Amino acid sequence: MRVSFTLNGTVTQAEVPPGTTLMELLRGLGAVSVKDGCARGDCGSCAVLLDGRAVTACLLFAGQVEGRQVRTAEGLADEVGLHPLQQAVLDAGGVQCGFCTPGILMAAVDLLDRIPDPTEAQIREGLAGNLCRCTGYVKIVDGIRDAAAMLAATGRTTDGEEAGDG
Amino acid sequence: MAEKYEVVGHNERRVDGTALVTGKPVFVADLPERPGTLHLALLTSPHAHARIRAIDTARAEALDGVALVLTHENTPDRTYTTAGQGYPEPSPYDTRMFNPKVRFVGDRVAAVAADSLATARAALGLIDVEYEVLEPVLSIDAALAEGAPLVHDEPCPDAWDAEHNIAAYSEAVAGDVEAGLAAAHTTVDVTIETHYGQHVPIEPHVVSSYLDEHDRLVLVSSTQVPFHARRIVGRLLDVPIHRIRVIKPRIGGGFGVKQEILIEDLLALTTLRTGRPATMSYTREQEFHASRTRHPMRIRVRLGADEDGTLQAIDMDVLSNTGAYGTHSLTVLSNVGSKTLPLYNLAPDVRFIGKAVYTNLPVAGAYRGYGATQGQYAMEVAIDQLAEALGMDALELRARNHIRTGGTSPIFRALGEGREGVEQTVSSCELEACIEIGADRIGWATKRGRRHREGSWVHGIGMSVHMQGSGIPLIDMAAASIKLNDDGSINLDVGATDLGTGSDTVLGQIAAEVLALPLEKVIVTSSDTDRTPFDTGAYASSTTYVSGTAVQRAAVAVRDQLIAAAAEMLDADPTTLEVASERVSDPDGDSVSFEKIALRALYGENQHQIAATASSVPESSPPPFIASFAEVAVDTDTGQIRVLDYVVAADCGTAVHPKLAEGQIEGAVANGIGYALVEDLAIDDRGRPRAIDLGRYKIPAATDLPRIETILVDSYDPTGPMGAKSIAEIGINAPLPTIANAVHDATGIWLTESPFTSERVLQALRAQGSGSGTG
Ligand code: FES
Ligand code: FES
Repeated sequence: MRVSFTLNGTVTQAEVPPGTTLMELLRGLGAVSVKDGCARGDCGSCAVLLDGRAVTACLLFAGQVEGRQVRTAEGLADEVGLHPLQQAVLDAGGVQCGFCTPGILMAAVDLLDRIPDPTEAQIREGLAGNLCRCTGYVKIVDGIRDAAAMLAATGRTTDGEEAGDG
Repeated sequence: MAEKYEVVGHNERRVDGTALVTGKPVFVADLPERPGTLHLALLTSPHAHARIRAIDTARAEALDGVALVLTHENTPDRTYTTAGQGYPEPSPYDTRMFNPKVRFVGDRVAAVAADSLATARAALGLIDVEYEVLEPVLSIDAALAEGAPLVHDEPCPDAWDAEHNIAAYSEAVAGDVEAGLAAAHTTVDVTIETHYGQHVPIEPHVVSSYLDEHDRLVLVSSTQVPFHARRIVGRLLDVPIHRIRVIKPRIGGGFGVKQEILIEDLLALTTLRTGRPATMSYTREQEFHASRTRHPMRIRVRLGADEDGTLQAIDMDVLSNTGAYGTHSLTVLSNVGSKTLPLYNLAPDVRFIGKAVYTNLPVAGAYRGYGATQGQYAMEVAIDQLAEALGMDALELRARNHIRTGGTSPIFRALGEGREGVEQTVSSCELEACIEIGADRIGWATKRGRRHREGSWVHGIGMSVHMQGSGIPLIDMAAASIKLNDDGSINLDVGATDLGTGSDTVLGQIAAEVLALPLEKVIVTSSDTDRTPFDTGAYASSTTYVSGTAVQRAAVAVRDQLIAAAAEMLDADPTTLEVASERVSDPDGDSVSFEKIALRALYGENQHQIAATASSVPESSPPPFIASFAEVAVDTDTGQIRVLDYVVAADCGTAVHPKLAEGQIEGAVANGIGYALVEDLAIDDRGRPRAIDLGRYKIPAATDLPRIETILVDSYDPTGPMGAKSIAEIGINAPLPTIANAVHDATGIWLTESPFTSERVLQALRAQGSGSGTG
């Protein structure tokens, strides 16, 4: 079957066998930041943004993204440099092995989009679906909090756009 | 100590950080698939103990797309150990690639290599196996019972006593422990039991293999031990080591479970037999069933002390369940004593006796903490019980007894890694400061013993103290090579294995510090058996201390060569020259840049490559120390435990990268809290783990944990690179005893069996008469 969707801003078409998951589709297209940690929705390492909301790509079928917007960690940095979340989580020491990191970054983009100035409890709640075995989460939480502050200070959204009135 | 250094002690940008946050293809499974790649699937035993009477693979082999089916009938019959340890491995050779007898649920029966994973999996269903089911051995007691079925009834010469299901035995004696206990003013006698836990790296085991352009076998593996993997696979498959290359790219966590040669042999044999590339990743279910776990143990500790609390006698008796195979059975067992007993070194009478038994249960192996986790749980609960019996504050009792700088213990010498240990005196110990600082931060003086109640929840605080080692003395070996490039940058090549700890960065910092370079000018290459010098690998908390020393030595040698070249250029006495900010300067202020020196050495006069290789074999293993504190709340209605606050004060010597060091403690404590409270393979009465996915084996999520606070205490170890020791494992030992002691403070019950589930807590509360049912 054929799927067309937008991947990190680029219109993308792919031919996949029926039953292909979104995780398989994206990894097959080279978006290998989408990690397979369990293939059954438990770990969050495959998290991507589907129309701006974090979803576990291993639980969706490729066909479900037809005509929709998908964003992965490959789509976070721009020519200018790392996304504030990438920068802040890295600087805070929130990356150890880094296997969970792309999924966590996508969950965090979703979180800061909904709640630009989250409390520690809200950050932890926002990460509840993403398992990290290395860090104990302290420095990931710190990084997300720092990113929120950076975004607020520069008046930008998680997309890198100027924040509008709405 | 950070002020002394420009790079060490600073939170430098990780050398692999940008690649990791941008999702670059740096993990094994991310590398592009080679044309013609075969995918492997594994058939495992549904029985805990059975003989394979017949296995018929004809239908599987006939399936379109199947290239190879491996069973015990067509694979080498050689025995080996999957333990990725130095040569000769101190683990019994009791394992075969495939075996006509299966010994645990998850043991290998067959592997299929096919054009696609779907085909390989479909083919598994076409393999007909006829089993003769045998009586399984499902507990330590069953293994030791008279007339117990034998897990290994084949000759097993290097197991301790396979005819009685004993894989390994270890003992150490100093003084006369029975006399010491008899003469003591106060004694305690505690027995604890621990359960099966799994490491759960978020990246499962994954290996890809291919033949390179010279028909050499290449294994790209998520391993902690690339050099051991090469040696063990070579020996098992009879391939000369020079025909094998093992590459470790970034790996997604290990925690000990990737110190096993679990699937490399399957990929290697498939590629050698078919000439085709191959790949395999464990499923999460296989990670639970067919991988490695933490040894469940029963440990009895008896302590005897004077009236003033000075310890006189310590007796430790250990029964360890190694499961179906003895990988790491001896060394984990001896570590229970060797990483626990020296902490209280005043007692003249000490005895350690341990046995590791075979069962038809999941195979235990190396797991962060490596026996210290179990041993220190027993010891630290016993110490709290002794404090209570003496009417002493738990901090005061520990302060009176714990080892200090300059102290030694007969255990260092008596218990080593499967052989005698190495005598050592503790070269740095800031445990006193750790206890003080941690106690202050948790509010020990105001909260301990208060049993503050809120509704059905009652609060308590507890603590424990811990040690580990820094590498294995006189066994571990690491090497590093450095060469200078045209622009004054360096290549640092290390065999050391960054398993996600950030050790590439830490080792880069050490080289940068010695050579007065910014870290960006250090190009770190690690863990490639063709490209980097030898290193025993990432285990035993060795990398910073052992590999770091090799890096420091190589860097000093390169610095000396830079100075020698600069002396020619400046026409100066080399002994007067100084290295700073990528330049070599003489006392008059004349200087030359590294770049100038490199250009001259490579293209100008006295041409040569400025480069050096150095090795390190540690003579001692300076322990890091921590004091761990927690505040818990226990719901006396339900038995639920909540960890409200967790503080660790740590002495790891110089923290080369403080945030990475803190992260090691935080991650280890998080894992330890999960293991203490909920994580459990939950083996059923037929030997099958009920945990088959992350829904049923719950590891802590961000919402399950308090904000773990790490305080790095000022410390400097004179034997370590720039004063560094280790920090990677120690934190995982703390939560079992710290939480158990805090729950006792809250409720009066002693939790001596893990995990501390609500049911278990409630039962203990009821038994004590303080549960909701009775009052
Ligand atoms: S791989 Fe999708 S949630 Fe684990
Ligand atoms: S950094 Fe390793 S799993 Fe999160």
